[in-house]
Amino acid sequence: MNLPDIFVTVDQPDLWAARAQMALSLAWHIVIACFGVGLPLLVLVAEFRAQRGGGAVYDELAHRWAKVLGVLFAVGAVSGTILSFEMGILWPRLIETFGSVLGLPFAIEGIAFFIEAIFIGIYLYGWDRLSPRVHLLTGIPIVIGGVASAWFVVTANAWLNQPVGFVLTDGVVTGVDPWGAILNPATPIETTHMILAALMVTGFGIAAGHAWGLWRDAGSRLHRTGFLVAFTLAALVTPVQIVVGDAAAQFLATNQPIKLAAIEGLYHSERGAPLSIGGIPVDGQMYFALQIPDGLSLLAFRDPNALVQGLDTVPADQQPPVLPVHIAFQIMVAIGFALLGLSAWLGWSWWRRRDPPGSRKFLLGSILAGPGAVIAMEAGWVVTELGRQPWIVYWVMRVDEAVTAARGLPIGLFTLLAVYIALTAGTVFVVRRTLAPGPAEPRA
Amino acid sequence: MTAADAILVLLWAGLTAYALFGGADFGAGFWDLLRGGRRSDAIGALIEDTIGPVWEANHVWLIFALVVVWTAFPPVFAAVASTLYVPLTAVAIGVILRGSAFAFRKSVEEPRLERWFGVLFGLSSIITPFFLGAIAGAIASGRVPPGNAAGDAIGSWLNPTSILGGTLAVGICAYLAAVYLTSDARRTGDPALADAFRWRALVMGAAVGVVAMLGIVVLAEDAPALYDRLVSRALPLVILSAVAGLGSLVLLYRRRFSAARLTSGLAVGSVLWGWAVAQYPNLLAGSLTIEQASAAEATLVALLASLLVGAVLVVPSMIALFVLSQRPRA
Repeated sequence: MNLPDIFVTVDQPDLWAARAQMALSLAWHIVIACFGVGLPLLVLVAEFRAQRGGGAVYDELAHRWAKVLGVLFAVGAVSGTILSFEMGILWPRLIETFGSVLGLPFAIEGIAFFIEAIFIGIYLYGWDRLSPRVHLLTGIPIVIGGVASAWFVVTANAWLNQPVGFVLTDGVVTGVDPWGAILNPATPIETTHMILAALMVTGFGIAAGHAWGLWRDAGSRLHRTGFLVAFTLAALVTPVQIVVGDAAAQFLATNQPIKLAAIEGLYHSERGAPLSIGGIPVDGQMYFALQIPDGLSLLAFRDPNALVQGLDTVPADQQPPVLPVHIAFQIMVAIGFALLGLSAWLGWSWWRRRDPPGSRKFLLGSILAGPGAVIAMEAGWVVTELGRQPWIVYWVMRVDEAVTAARGLPIGLFTLLAVYIALTAGTVFVVRRTLAPGPAEPRA
Repeated sequence: MTAADAILVLLWAGLTAYALFGGADFGAGFWDLLRGGRRSDAIGALIEDTIGPVWEANHVWLIFALVVVWTAFPPVFAAVASTLYVPLTAVAIGVILRGSAFAFRKSVEEPRLERWFGVLFGLSSIITPFFLGAIAGAIASGRVPPGNAAGDAIGSWLNPTSILGGTLAVGICAYLAAVYLTSDARRTGDPALADAFRWRALVMGAAVGVVAMLGIVVLAEDAPALYDRLVSRALPLVILSAVAGLGSLVLLYRRRFSAARLTSGLAVGSVLWGWAVAQYPNLLAGSLTIEQASAAEATLVALLASLLVGAVLVVPSMIALFVLSQRPRA
């Protein structure tokens, strides 16, 4: 656990601004990127149903969703470009030192993204120019490209958590194995967790839009169908996601124990460690938490007496900020279970009477589930990113060793903040406009 | 040829594609901003129809170039991005505004909103290539040293070569767009509109030619090392560019639009390749060679293999998109 002394802290008075700018750009892009992964699937389902006698409602849905996809894909393509700029603008030392190791997944992601962008062009433009069958087929590469690019780009983040595929000798990176880096130990769990999250954000997000439509016009067939298709996707994924999330926490217990300790606010190593639900960890103490005895040991190692590593096993300057990581994790899990409950409610109702719950409470819950899924996903990223601090490459390179030496970072940050605020307003405005019921709506 | 050389060739091919296709999309924004008069609506509709289906795919060439540089030549990416932080941030903002403004404009119906998004789209279509050209000028004139933000934060991109690069980039984009739109307008059966773009292409082509000639003087003064190589080793490409450029103007004048499309692309492409030939084997002029900057051999081989597989998937798909985008509604 010695710091390799070849890495030196960069003289950068505004490290906070670099971190804030990266966080802003990532947090913004990731929401849109989720729709790039999930929405093509929904569009294809709707078009498939429309072609198989599903009727005008499905056709209308496919077209509206495709329009939303068109806008979100455009915005996602550009907000993703900014991130690739920022890898060098903000973290040049990371790329200079490890570009050779972690570059490949980005390059392959670029190819997958190319496929996605080309076929989105073909799909959206080809609606009246290709036969229905061919048109449906041209949608498939969009789905594959979207999922593949998500997978590859998340392997790069997984590598930051579990950096393998190189040897560090006297400060020089040698023995580079780029495929080994892609297939690092964190890859399977992190990519699965993220792709499922993308499907949940898309499903609950689109369903929320239609739930809002139903709130105002309970008889709308368009909104009823749109809601059911999107919500069903999300409801099917949610229980799987909770199992995968549990596996992710178990993975951390062995592979990134300090991150788990921060998540749980566990300051000292303990056998039979309790699970802290809620609570506020400050200054080495957990306050107001509901503690389940042996719960953490049981969950993390499936053994009530297992030893769980505490934060104090590493020096204070190598501990992540506990409070935000713990709170973010609680938020993610709480929302996850709330979404599970909502999904079960729909499942129950559908099983009993082939109809979604008629109550306004369910509709309200579904409207909230859209932003809820986004918040849960963002909270998950807070956990994984802040939980890795102070490292940018876990145990190898610190964030303050990777940052740029350029001056004036806050100016860039605040300019970009203004741009993103405008972009958010524009996106919300245009997407709302597209999903909202039009005059030619098919009625029940 | 080493793996690093092969990757450099593919990278440059990608950048050329970005200049020829992405560049024309920027240029379309330029003409969209300047449109007015009685043909204004027809021009706007043609531009929207022409770049609508393809601009996102064309934009990916930029992402492709970035990720290939940082994977294959990490120190180059680190040095360029950290020293040229200001113009790159300007490009980033230009990219965001342009892409979203174009997509938003297509999705709103109110004329007032359409106009505002249109102005934003047009302005960012000028700002973005200007700063990209300025970045090229900074690299070509040897103003980006290796290291973490080691170069001059302002002077690296605010200098004669960068201003030349930026101006040329805007002009080339506008010229290419006018040439392509000329034949697109003819294909849609609007000869008057085609002629309007033909005149724009002729004027812009002549203007770019004048700037390029002035540029020779600028380079001789401001980037002598590059200049020396351009008039020796890279001279054939420079001459090719000049001939193809002049030829394009003749072809445009004689209304041979399809041929003009090819020669215009050739003129622009040979400038890019002339620059590459002049600067090789230096990736950062005067300070970092391809050998010094290359990633580990295993990475280069993996990247090259991925790019070749990628080319097999991407190139036919891209051609299918281009063919489809020229097909009328069934």
